[in-house]
Amino acid sequence: MQLKQGDKHMNRDSVPQAETSIKNISKALAAASCSALAAVAAPAMADGTPGEWDFDVATLYYSESDSRVMAIEPVFSATRNYDEGESLNLKAVFDVLTGASPNGATPSDSVQTFTRPSGSGSYDVAAGEAPLDDTFKDTRVALSATWAAPLNSDWAYSSGVYASNEYDYFSLGVNGGITRYLNQKNTTLNFGMSLENDWIEPVGTVPLGLSEMPHQSSPTYDADREASRESADDSKTIVDLLFGVTQVIDRSTLMQFNYGISLADGYLNDPYKLLSVIDDTAGPGYGTNLQDANGNNIYIYEQRPDSRVKHSLYWQVKHALDSGDIVDASYRFMFDDWGITSHTLEASYQWRWDGAYLEPHVRYYQQSEADFYQRFVDASDYNSGAPNFKEASADYRLGELTSYTVGAKFGWMMAGGNEANVRVDYMLQSNDGDQGYGALASQDLYPDTDALILTFGYSF
Amino acid sequence: MALCQTSIAKPFNPANHPQALLDGDQTLWMGRFQAMASDCEVLMEGLNQSQALELLTRITQETWRIEAKYSRYREDSVVTAINSSGGQEIELDPETCALIDFADHCFQLSDGKFDITSGVLRKVWRFDGGKGVPNADAINPLLRVVGWSRVKWCSPRLCLPKGMEIDLGGLGKEYAVDRALLLAVQMQVSVSQSSYVINFGGDIACTGLRLNRQPWRIGVESANRESDTAATLELGSGAVATSGDARRYVMYKGKRLPHILNPLTGWPVEGAPHAVSVAADSCMQAGLLSTLAMLHGDQAEAFLDAQDLKYWVQR
Repeated sequence: MQLKQGDKHMNRDSVPQAETSIKNISKALAAASCSALAAVAAPAMADGTPGEWDFDVATLYYSESDSRVMAIEPVFSATRNYDEGESLNLKAVFDVLTGASPNGATPSDSVQTFTRPSGSGSYDVAAGEAPLDDTFKDTRVALSATWAAPLNSDWAYSSGVYASNEYDYFSLGVNGGITRYLNQKNTTLNFGMSLENDWIEPVGTVPLGLSEMPHQSSPTYDADREASRESADDSKTIVDLLFGVTQVIDRSTLMQFNYGISLADGYLNDPYKLLSVIDDTAGPGYGTNLQDANGNNIYIYEQRPDSRVKHSLYWQVKHALDSGDIVDASYRFMFDDWGITSHTLEASYQWRWDGAYLEPHVRYYQQSEADFYQRFVDASDYNSGAPNFKEASADYRLGELTSYTVGAKFGWMMAGGNEANVRVDYMLQSNDGDQGYGALASQDLYPDTDALILTFGYSF
Repeated sequence: MALCQTSIAKPFNPANHPQALLDGDQTLWMGRFQAMASDCEVLMEGLNQSQALELLTRITQETWRIEAKYSRYREDSVVTAINSSGGQEIELDPETCALIDFADHCFQLSDGKFDITSGVLRKVWRFDGGKGVPNADAINPLLRVVGWSRVKWCSPRLCLPKGMEIDLGGLGKEYAVDRALLLAVQMQVSVSQSSYVINFGGDIACTGLRLNRQPWRIGVESANRESDTAATLELGSGAVATSGDARRYVMYKGKRLPHILNPLTGWPVEGAPHAVSVAADSCMQAGLLSTLAMLHGDQAEAFLDAQDLKYWVQR
């Protein structure tokens, strides 16, 4: 039944009807609804509700097995997300370290006496013991702020500032980054840059590299000490550049590749590290500490190059399995102009189940020694204080080093969606190198270090 | 850890709805919240509790956002801004442009039967089951401010003649369902063995079959509440939307007129079914087709047959 338009308000016996046409419009509607839905990107699944602060707190306990070094490191992090995708992150890290750290000298078959870095007082190390500087105590506070925001749908940027302070160290840095999304955000290109300046004011001032550590028992101690000082303080500058590509491979696989270059310039020594000078003349003293006219062992302060260029290549793949578990593997290759090359392999597997996850992981790290690394200095090279080398360091961190870490992280969701997690790691580190000669050969020049690391975290 | 203060991330909730609730267990989670005058449900299979909670929060947030943005009852909504533009041209954001474009398409495709400017007609009709119908003197002036063809629309600029109003109520819920489904699909990317259903007051969309390869069975309230029978719907892909509400009608000359108003006449559509459900790829598409089927009155089935889609009609 159809009515003409003109009739519609007259004839109340039936309801007025407009002309009816039957046609297939479903295909056209499907297309129209698709474009309506695609107009605005779906809100990202990433964490962060606008207008709320998200907090992460964590405390790390690091303890070496022979209680050499113990560290407690609480971390507080707060992130605020804004409506337009901007985010602000504020982070504070506190470090409290106590214990003793290797001073670089070799163990000996007789008691060794070292002058404290401050110049007042000395400490003895028993025969056969690894020389450790027991004044090793530090408190560090680091603060950082990072602002990240999208520029438009294809570009985003971030910028940040960083400051950290220790009793003998102050560091200030700025950083910035730019991100380009391509290929419907399946490809992400990153470029980052950071600039950092560090000021160091060592306890007892900056020692002169390769100069002899003064002995307090020496009758000329004051003059010796004066001769071993370079300046009250020093500084270095570090510039880091990073180029990265992240690619979505398929629905469950993500791959990342980074290249980074780091340029450091300035004072790169560790002012508290020494090297033992070992007698390499055949005879009764062969392989023992070379002594000066006063009968004191000769130790010299380390000296590193004043610049370092480090390159690193990093590859990571993350894959989600059908079960929801996540496999993560990465490899890092680093090489620098100090002659160090290193390889880091890491893998983790995350089991996910109702409200909790367990993530076991393994890490393998191997590095070769720096060109100027030496566990000790031969007396003939020391050449009575006119050394025939320009650089030397016995810092184990620059030597041939292998470390294995195994651990697991367990996280669970608490009421209200807050996550708590605990992580346990066991690390075993071993150094290797020149085993020495004569009396020195019977000493353990490269003791293994093992450490237990516990981390408690909470996100809310 | 004594410093920790528990704070639950609360979604932007301008309409002060009750908090969303999550029930269930690892096999099947059911999230519920209120929005757009409907009970909204999210069924999630294959997620752990934290993932389910995360997805529910995202969907709640997105739905409440859409509700606040397009509610004609809110002073700060985009719809209010358009309706109070006083005949001045205004520029719209991309999301609103896309919705207006969709409404424009629907107007063209339906030969004017679907019209987002027709909401003003509700001012004179009361679908409370009573007998009062407005007279022509009440309807005729309103018809002068109904008609999308009078609106100047050149994306992103809209010029709504003075006195006219738009109402996106006929699209908003379906749009919200489709948007919620996008979030579920995102979650499915990270948890591939998972499956989801979004059900906002009978407007339903799913990501596909259940994990046991069976279709979802969803109980939908019968449009005819006088009978107790609730229909069970099987859905293995796409979306279903329903138009019609047996409680909202007006009696006229012994006939029951549904609340569906024809914008061309200003009158309810005679012969319209109690309810029409249509299955389609998206909820917006299904919603539009079910509304248009109602507008076709006694030819609803003929119209639906021509669409080549699955449908259910309750008369």
